This record gives sequence, structure tokens and C-alpha cells, in this order.
Amino acid sequence: MAMKLSTLFRHIREGFKNVTRNGWMSIASMGSIIVSLFILGVFMLLAMNVNKLADQFENQVEIRVYLQLGTEQAKIDEVNRLIGRIPEVKGVTFVSKDDGLKQLTERMDEDNKEALQGYEGVNNPLPDGFDVELFDPQKVEDVARQIEAINASDADKPISKVNYGQGTVEKLFRITNAVRNFGLVIVAGLAVMAMFLISTTIKMTILNRRREIGIMKLVGATNSFIRWPFFVEGILIGLGGSAISAAVLLFGYSSLIRSAQYDLGLMLIEFASVDEVGGFVAGTMLILGTLLGIWGSVVSVRKYLKV
Amino acid sequence: MIEMHDVWKTYPDGTTALRGVSVVIDRNDFVYVVGPSGAGKSTFMKLIYREEVPTKGQLSVNGFNIGKLRQRKIPYVRRNIGVVFQDYRLLPKLTAYENIAFAMEVIEASKRSIRRRTMEVLELVGLKHKASSFPSQLSGGEQQRIAIARAIVNNPSVIVADEPTGNLDPETSWGIMKLMEEIHYRGTTIVMATHNKEIVNSMRKRVIAIENGTIVRDEQRGEYGYEA
Repeated sequence: MAMKLSTLFRHIREGFKNVTRNGWMSIASMGSIIVSLFILGVFMLLAMNVNKLADQFENQVEIRVYLQLGTEQAKIDEVNRLIGRIPEVKGVTFVSKDDGLKQLTERMDEDNKEALQGYEGVNNPLPDGFDVELFDPQKVEDVARQIEAINASDADKPISKVNYGQGTVEKLFRITNAVRNFGLVIVAGLAVMAMFLISTTIKMTILNRRREIGIMKLVGATNSFIRWPFFVEGILIGLGGSAISAAVLLFGYSSLIRSAQYDLGLMLIEFASVDEVGGFVAGTMLILGTLLGIWGSVVSVRKYLKV
Repeated sequence: MIEMHDVWKTYPDGTTALRGVSVVIDRNDFVYVVGPSGAGKSTFMKLIYREEVPTKGQLSVNGFNIGKLRQRKIPYVRRNIGVVFQDYRLLPKLTAYENIAFAMEVIEASKRSIRRRTMEVLELVGLKHKASSFPSQLSGGEQQRIAIARAIVNNPSVIVADEPTGNLDPETSWGIMKLMEEIHYRGTTIVMATHNKEIVNSMRKRVIAIENGTIVRDEQRGEYGYEA
């Protein structure tokens, strides 16, 4: 049966009234939402920072391609173009043998730098090469194989070596993936725990009102008439609780980053900024909190409507 | 108005509360239902407002066949029956005014008519000045008056009252009975279960006595007939 608009307003008004007049019970259910979503949020931020750190490690992975000594410029351009055409490749940088020597010199100790003197210019024994940067560092092995395939299909075999830290890279990925999965499992586990905690609290508040639901039915209220204000109440408690939780969390997080970077001087660690992750974390918390509020009230009311 | 025909009621635990009750209560009757505790009075009352369903037999209230009523239709039948209980059953988080208005919000009455009619019945029960009090701030007699106001606010054809004076002192009980008589006088059928000997014997009405699940006595202007 269609509901009058004035009745809808009545339900919304009544939902607000329920929250304020139930005082302590509303505070208790809001409190359980605040606390459990806060814990969830903390671990989400932690997981995202670990993820970012893992990304930083992975992004250092790139492929170094060495060409045969004395490869012609035309051949160099052709290989450059062919590698650039691989879909997974983000960019190819030509590293001349002079650049190579410079890099090598920089890496040497002061004492040993002299050992490299005299190899400049025509005496340079190093090969020309490319630095190949990838969109997804985890594809490094696959791309390296494609580059070798380019070499194999060329009669001149212009590439002498494809180097991407074989062995070490695989180990790095195994660790970063494990860390990521661990974070995901913890966050998922906490989400389930939050759901359980919140639904228990909300059920308790409605258990208290079992008698009231019975009275409403005796006065001739339909099930949907009874359900609506509870539904509104669930939204309000869920939304209110998660908003408070998200605000406190993000405020705390931003001041934590600031003090970690300036006071403790942890400049080297690049934290995920609030702008970067705040929207996602707050959004997840608000949606989850609201859904839990609604779910808790709807499920519990249904149980007592069969009077 | 209310017609029972060979009505039986057996609860799931096996106790049989009513054994073949047949009775007709006409429009504008005023009936006391008396009898010892556990004789079946409460079951008799609960069947009328469809809190229980008869196990066997015919029961109709206001033309609705209560035994065959669909779950979804129950609220609409109850809107035409005002119920009053020994323990008042007011909504504790609502004020006196809101408790009465609730019954009209349920039928989606307009805001203006809710306001007018609620004030009207508050005046009738003499508690206009307590409109914004919560049940916990009212005495037992006042709470029962509010419950009665709620029961009559939608002008039901019948009031079912299960020991409405059971928790009240004699003086307050008389006030409640005056109110019931006033409501009856305005054209409402009243079915009232009671243990109150003085009331039954001095405010003479039809008396239905139930013992051991059957009607043992049904007389106009009857007596209570039991030791109080």
C-alpha cells in the first residue's frame, strides 16, 4: 500500500526521536561502531602504507639491456623502437657507453675511481644499452623474455645481455606479495569482526524494545509502519558513528605523518598522504557503517514483528 | 458484532483454555467477563483482538472471520478494536500525547485531525494538563486513562479491557469505571474481564462467567458470584 508523504516524514522524525530518546543505548551502539571502524581504519591505513612501501621497492625494478659492442646507430634505433612497442613497457631510455661509465664511476669508492681513468672516449670498453621501465614491475620476467625474442628474430643478434636482477627480483616480489596479502587478510578479518560487534550491539538495543514493538502491533500498526523508524535510526547511528570515527582517524593520521616527518625526521619513509588515501578509507568506513546500521536494525526488528 | 460458535482453544503446550464457547455480544453491549484465575478469561479476550487464533470453531468480530484472517490483514482488524490492559502498555519513550497520537498516525490521519482528536480525548479522560508527561511521570490511574484515550481515539466499535482496574486502588478504579460507562454511553461496545466484585455488583451489566473453559452463566444485570 502506498505510503503518504506525511507518513514518510513522520517515520524520519520518529527515527531521529528514537536516537535522542534512547540516550544511552544509542550512545552504546554508536560507540561500538566508532571503535570497531576505527580499528578497521587503522589497519587499512597501515596496509596501504605497507603497500606503498612495497610499490616503491618494486618500482626500482627495471630491465637493463646491453647491446653488442659496436652496434650501428640505425640498429640501436630499431631495437629501441621494437622494445618500446611491447605493451607492458612504459618507457625506454638509451644509455650510451659514456653514460654507463659515468654511472659506474659514481658507484665506485674514492680510492678506486682512479682505476677507471683512462677508459674514457674511444677506450671505453662498455657496451651501449637501454633502461627499460615497466608499468607493472611484476611483469619483469615476461618482458625480459619478449626482449630476448626480439633479439632472436634478428639475424644480427644485436643484444648481448638482458639483465633485471634475476633471482633477487623474484624474491622481492614474493615478500611484497606476502606482505600485501597479509594486510588484506587482517583488514577482511577486522571487517567481519566489526560487523559482528555492531550487529550484536544493535540487536541488544532492539531487544530492549521488543515490548514496544508488541504494543505497536496491538494498536494496529503494520509491520512496515513499525520498521521504518528503526530503519531511519539504523542509518543515523551508522552514519553518525562512522563519520565520527573517520574524522578522528584521519585527523590523527595527518598529525601523525606531520610529527613523524618533521619531529622524528623520518623523511626517508614516504607515507601515504591523507589526500591520497583519506577518501578511500573514509568512504569505506561511511558505507560500511551505514550498511551495518541498517542491516542491524532491519534484521533485529524482523525477528520481533511476528507477534 | 462479536460472535463465537463452539470455539475451542488448545495451546501448543497441550493446555486447553476454552472448550466449546458460543456467545453473541451485540452492538453497544457492556459485558463483564468473570471467573476464577486460569479459567480461560484471558484467552477469551485475546481471541477477540486476534492475539490468539481459535483451534476450532467460528469466531467473527465486526464481520471479519478471525480464524481465517490473513496475517497481513490483522492490523486493519485491530484498528477497529480498542484494547486496554491491566499493565497499561504505553510506549515508554513517548509522551501521553504522543502515545495517543500514535494510534492515529498508524491509520495515516492528517496532522490537523490528529491534533484535534487527541486533545479531545485527552480532555475526555481529564488529563489535558499531562499531555507532555512521559508514562513514568504519571500515576497508575493516569496511565490507564491515557491507555483508554488511546483505545478510543479512532472511534472503535468495541473496547476490549483485560482487568483494567487490576492494579489500581478502589477510588481510582471507580474513576476508570465512570470513564468506561461514559464511553459506553457514547455508543461503544465494551467487553471487560474483571476480578472486581464491588464494581460488578454495583454497576450492573451483563455478566458472562467462564469456568474451566466453558461459559457457566450469562445473565443481564448479573452479579459477580464469587468471593472476592
